[in-house]
Amino acid sequence: MTTGLWELVLRGVWTTIQLLVYSALLATVVSFAVGMARTHRLWIVRFLAGFYTEVFRGTSALVMIFWVFFVLPPAFGWQLVPMWAGTLALGLTYGAYGSEIVRGALNAVDPAQREGGIALSFTPWQRMRLILLPQAVPEMIPPFSNLLVELLKGTSLVSIMGMGDLAFSGNLVRLALQQSAEIYTYILLIYFVIAFALTRLMRGLEKRLKHGVGTAPGTPSGARAAKKTQTGGVGAAEGGVA
Amino acid sequence: MTWDWGAVRAFLPHFWDGLLVTLEALALGSVISFVLGLVWTLLMRAPTRWVRWPVGAVTEFVRNTPLLVQLFFLFYVLPERGLTFSALTTGVFAIGLHYSTYTMQVYRAGIEAVPAGQWEAALALNLPRRRTWTAVILPQAIRRVVPALGNYVISMLKDTPMLMAITVLEMLGRARLFSQQHFQFTEPLTVIGVAFILVSYLASLLLRALERRLVR
Repeated sequence: MTTGLWELVLRGVWTTIQLLVYSALLATVVSFAVGMARTHRLWIVRFLAGFYTEVFRGTSALVMIFWVFFVLPPAFGWQLVPMWAGTLALGLTYGAYGSEIVRGALNAVDPAQREGGIALSFTPWQRMRLILLPQAVPEMIPPFSNLLVELLKGTSLVSIMGMGDLAFSGNLVRLALQQSAEIYTYILLIYFVIAFALTRLMRGLEKRLKHGVGTAPGTPSGARAAKKTQTGGVGAAEGGVA
Repeated sequence: MTWDWGAVRAFLPHFWDGLLVTLEALALGSVISFVLGLVWTLLMRAPTRWVRWPVGAVTEFVRNTPLLVQLFFLFYVLPERGLTFSALTTGVFAIGLHYSTYTMQVYRAGIEAVPAGQWEAALALNLPRRRTWTAVILPQAIRRVVPALGNYVISMLKDTPMLMAITVLEMLGRARLFSQQHFQFTEPLTVIGVAFILVSYLASLLLRALERRLVR
């Protein structure tokens, strides 16, 4: 492979990473907004959020991308730059998957924590921000890490729409060299390295966040066990005072 | 926004053809992924690391790289090596291979969830190794993992549109062809979008019923 072709691949890597970062940000916002809405006290909010999740989880990411590229422009009279169209389709789809993670983690927080917040007359938003989220977020990191790798794999779909990402640059190089094995092996390796780096990054983040709430990483039940000993300790201390 | 029911009617025959190909790819891909996944799991339990290591590395690699690029790889590289398959065959194999790296984790969890007493009982009854697996461990493990496998079938359904990229005319391929011929994008794409939601919703209902019957 010549330097020119490598340059093409590098430009593809850059586009993939940009798309990954933007759509991961959008997906995070969507998953927290929708996931929190699914624990809302008004049924209509819960219903709408559930409807959103079912629709976007039910359809395929690639169909969504086609829809955003081809149906949105004539329907609404405006067309998005490919980068934003890809971000929108991927962010909304993977956000729907993420909202399930957020909902699950919020529901897994010990109900006594929520009741404690009510007893202290916190507003619902304060409860969410000060009690539920700090305990739920560290538990979300491992599933989010898997979802991020899925999202990375999903970004390759935009190459079908002719966006110059890593997979697309692989196709170009194949056309230039008239041989496939070498270039596709490189492309797969690059994707694997990015995925590996992302997994490592998320593991570091998990460690830091779990340290923040005083649990060891890698133990899904660690939070609950640690909480039990903690409350036991407080109870014992109170007993001692009385 | 204009909606043309005429275009929907004109697209419907193509839609049924596409749906058939999608379901065919899904069914065959599922079978391959179930069988290959079990093979990977059993190989990962091999006594020597000379087997475990390469299998672990390959499956990890396949799991963490995009199915789309794997499709391109198989579709373009195999013919260069003198192996020519139809696009659908290549696609089905790629999907099956990709998802087998997911199902192997499911099987592993299922096998680990079989209580240790079952192993000990098989040992106490002096059952041969093969019979321990086929008559004691696997029937219990597979019953447990059916719901999780079903979830991967639904994911697989949502990845079948990728086969379009290697010229298979499944639902999305049909919709794109129709759009390009008639220059009507809205109707066919919306029809197949709704079809995907309906099929995956029906599949999840079916799965829930199955789960209730199998997992007690």
